[in-house]
Amino acid sequence: MGAVTSLSDLKPGSTGEVVSLQAWGLTRRRLMDLGLVPGTRVVALRRSPSGDPTAFFIRGAAIALRREESRQVLVRPV
Amino acid sequence: MCGRTNDRAFAAARHPQGYIDTSYRDRMVTALYARAEAIASRVVKKNASGFFALEERLDAIVTSRVWGYPIMLALLAFVFWLTLKGANYPSGILANLFFAFQDVLSAFFYHLGAPDWLHGIVVAGMYRTLAWVVAVMLPPMAIFFPLFTLLEDLGYLPRIAFNLDSFFKKAGAHGKQALTMCMGFGCNAAGVVGCRIIDSPRERLLAVLTNNFSPCNGRFPTLIALSGIFMGGFLTTWSGTMLAVLTVTAIIGVGILLMFFTTWFLSRTVLKGEPSFFILELPPYRPPQVLRVIVRSLLDRTIYVLARAVLVAAPAGAFTWVLANLRLSEGTIIDHLACIFQPIGKMMGLDGYILLAFILGLPANEIVLPILLMSYLSAGMLMEVDGLRALGEILMDKGWTLVTAINFMLFSLLHWPCGTTLLTIYKETKNWKWPLLAAAVPTVIGFALCFLVKLLAGLMGIMAAG
Repeated sequence: MGAVTSLSDLKPGSTGEVVSLQAWGLTRRRLMDLGLVPGTRVVALRRSPSGDPTAFFIRGAAIALRREESRQVLVRPV
Repeated sequence: MCGRTNDRAFAAARHPQGYIDTSYRDRMVTALYARAEAIASRVVKKNASGFFALEERLDAIVTSRVWGYPIMLALLAFVFWLTLKGANYPSGILANLFFAFQDVLSAFFYHLGAPDWLHGIVVAGMYRTLAWVVAVMLPPMAIFFPLFTLLEDLGYLPRIAFNLDSFFKKAGAHGKQALTMCMGFGCNAAGVVGCRIIDSPRERLLAVLTNNFSPCNGRFPTLIALSGIFMGGFLTTWSGTMLAVLTVTAIIGVGILLMFFTTWFLSRTVLKGEPSFFILELPPYRPPQVLRVIVRSLLDRTIYVLARAVLVAAPAGAFTWVLANLRLSEGTIIDHLACIFQPIGKMMGLDGYILLAFILGLPANEIVLPILLMSYLSAGMLMEVDGLRALGEILMDKGWTLVTAINFMLFSLLHWPCGTTLLTIYKETKNWKWPLLAAAVPTVIGFALCFLVKLLAGLMGIMAAG
């Protein structure tokens, strides 16, 4: 268990466990709808060739998120 | 609903550090997911390999820093090449068939003793335009569309959106616009409807207004035919074909660049706003059902082209024939109309007839070239255009140069959308302001660009002569 970091700082290939969401309102709801709730394991898959967005493996689906959104998800590297 | 599991799941999710937000909604969502996971883990079997299979390796290649963009370009060029090469042969066969049947029709009319004007409207106007549209337009569409559907089926398009999102973001738009842009290559009206996948109204409008920068299937064959004639040496040689493919790819490239520029411009003027929330699912690749796709899209396209040919091209053909054959004092109506547009056409390195053909072609882009040929040829008869060479001879006979061809292609890419698309934009936005803007923006750019090309060509000519 490492220090808490955000999903956007997760290196491709590494896994993190969601700790909390730093978003409110609609954004928070959308992130939760993806299944990003505390305890969920997320794998960073790869970045777009231009550096953003990044594809994450979330609950059996590959989902691409921009840095704006993934910054708001705090994770603990596993 | 969740019973006692709820508390247990919640306890499991709770962190010693107390990071968890304790609002009611959060607890509910967390509990729901925990419950769903528990059920799923009992009944769903997963492959041990998970997602690190072939998929991962494919994705690593098509979205790689080095290969991502070249692969997209290469695929695009490959699709054009197949379309170019593949369409040439069936086009010739269809043209021969149709024109052979036309002689039968003419003989039949003659036999009945029908008046000349009736034969003109029905055979020379309607039937010829219809035949032309089907012979020239159908083969490229019938090849391009299945290829595109295969890419769609495979799941490659979301990867394009993934690769291009940061550019769209810089332009103030949504990455999903990459998808609607791709749909536009098939048909802009379909592309505009496809914009519904973009949630934010502002970003949806950006995608709707700039969809016309993807040259649709109605304009593709025109681009292909002209680049085949003027760049490709009638596609007889390997190097000529390659040059034609490069030309078409370059025109598409210009379209995409201008689409980004226009999106950027609109999102800073008429459609100001913040980028909305971005989520894009990259669905698993599926092996496409090749045969099913080919058969289905062949049928789809064929029916679509035939329906448009009968509903739009035939009446437009009849109308144009009348215009080209009704004499008013010195010349036909077409001549008079073309005279009006001649100065502005000349300024753009085109001519009055070409501009008029684009205007009369408003119902459908497929009929721009046949209308132009009909108005070029004496007595308004659409000649037997069997293949590129004959078409090229007609155009060069009318004073076309390389500059005319380049500007015709540019204006074909950059002018108002067809009537169907404009109507679709109105239906989607419920406001006539947007279709008008969607027509004005590319037209202004088209005028400016054609003017610029003519100016440059003139300067180069002066330099060469000096």
